[in-house]
Amino acid sequence: MSTITFDAVSHTFGERTVLRDIALQLTEHRIGIVGANGSGKSTLARMINGLVTPTKGTVTVDGLNVSRRAKEVRRLVGFVFTNPDNQIVMPTVQEDVAFTLRRRGLDSAEIERRTATALERFGLADHAEHPAHRLSGGQKQLLALAAVLVADPRVVVADEPTTLLDARNTARIQALLAGLEQQVIVVTHQLELLAEFDRVIVIEEGRVVADAAPSDALPEYLALIG
Amino acid sequence: MIGLYSPGRSLIHRAPVLMKLALLSVGVVGAGLLSDAAQLSVGFAVLVALFALSGVPPVRAWQQVAPVLWLLVIAAPLQVLFAGWAVAGMMAGRLLLAVALAALFTLTTPVTTVLDGFQALLKPFRRWIDADRVGLLVALTIRCIPLVADIIREVLEARRARGTQGSLLALAVPVVVRSLYAADAIGEALAARGIDD
Ligand SMILES: Nc1ncnc2c1ncn2[C@@H]1O[C@H](COP(=O)(O)OP(=O)(O)OP(=O)(O)O)[C@@H](O)[C@H]1O
Ligand SMILES: [Mg+2]
Repeated sequence: MSTITFDAVSHTFGERTVLRDIALQLTEHRIGIVGANGSGKSTLARMINGLVTPTKGTVTVDGLNVSRRAKEVRRLVGFVFTNPDNQIVMPTVQEDVAFTLRRRGLDSAEIERRTATALERFGLADHAEHPAHRLSGGQKQLLALAAVLVADPRVVVADEPTTLLDARNTARIQALLAGLEQQVIVVTHQLELLAEFDRVIVIEEGRVVADAAPSDALPEYLALIG
Repeated sequence: MIGLYSPGRSLIHRAPVLMKLALLSVGVVGAGLLSDAAQLSVGFAVLVALFALSGVPPVRAWQQVAPVLWLLVIAAPLQVLFAGWAVAGMMAGRLLLAVALAALFTLTTPVTTVLDGFQALLKPFRRWIDADRVGLLVALTIRCIPLVADIIREVLEARRARGTQGSLLALAVPVVVRSLYAADAIGEALAARGIDD
């Protein structure tokens, strides 16, 4: 597994401090991040691939400073957003997955092969040439995941990947995330997703208030909000 | 709608993209030069033959061309009024022919192929133009059409649900705001996918 390190990270948007003095070393296979709306989870998650640069402190992925070497870090860290509509760039399913592999110095046969494998794996092979924006919400999130994983990142960060999905698709995405060899970091409000995870971090008003195995951290979080 | 590729293996699907683009340009210019009904009917015969050869389902072809008919419904009567039936008919025919040719191109050519075509075309100029960027711009433009269409539909629905009617401005503001948000989010997603250099 990779090592993601937050070293004395604080962040302010204008006057508002949204993260305070975060120190974390993330090495576990599956890590969940929970917390109330506006507590700073997304801001924290986005720092891992440089979508947000901390105003204080540093974030590193396997020793690479994210703010200085964002481009390299983004090849190691795949990011799945809540709304897959914003992640889909190309008109058809197959093209969108292949798009991830452009500019990586692969020849077109290799791109085609890897794209086909990814579509097969996510049950999208039958939709390869369909317009991406006509897929169902669940299929779009599968496509987003396929488009991230086709590049074979070391870490997958997902910010509420199942919030827009129904129960069945949530279960499906959950199973896929849980089955990944890659290190997985999931932000979610659906606590049951995290039962089998290795570690759960609870954020409250920009601070880490609990950090333990789910069997300990989740009850603490429930007590906090209950 | 633009960007709806209709998969197939016909001669037209397989023709090299730059050749198709060149022929399309010739076809569109040619359509504009047609000057009487006889020439126009030859043009339409060629068009029908091409569509038949491509094997694109007629429904798909119709979906592409139908929106232009609305334009003609408005424009043609004006032309009739100002210039007479003959001129109006020719104008409508030429326009329809050109649009149908363009539709045939988009229906038989995946966007990725168009991007690769652009790349090849712009290669001699690569010191001044980044072909990848141009390609990405084209792809994103095509992508944004259904996205903005969805936003407009949702805003209209929300308006109806709240029982508010109102000015064009009341429609335009949420549409523009949401489009800007979407653009922001897409930019972020592009960065996350490593396309921001
Ligand atoms: N780009 C921004 N500009 C200004 N303020 C921001 C920005 N992004 C987030 N914030 C603020 O930072 C705080 C933390 O936001 P963040 O999105 O990290 O919360 P979150 O824990 O992910 O919440 P949620 O569960 O609702 O997704 C919020 O108060 C939010 O308003
Ligand atoms: Mg969030």
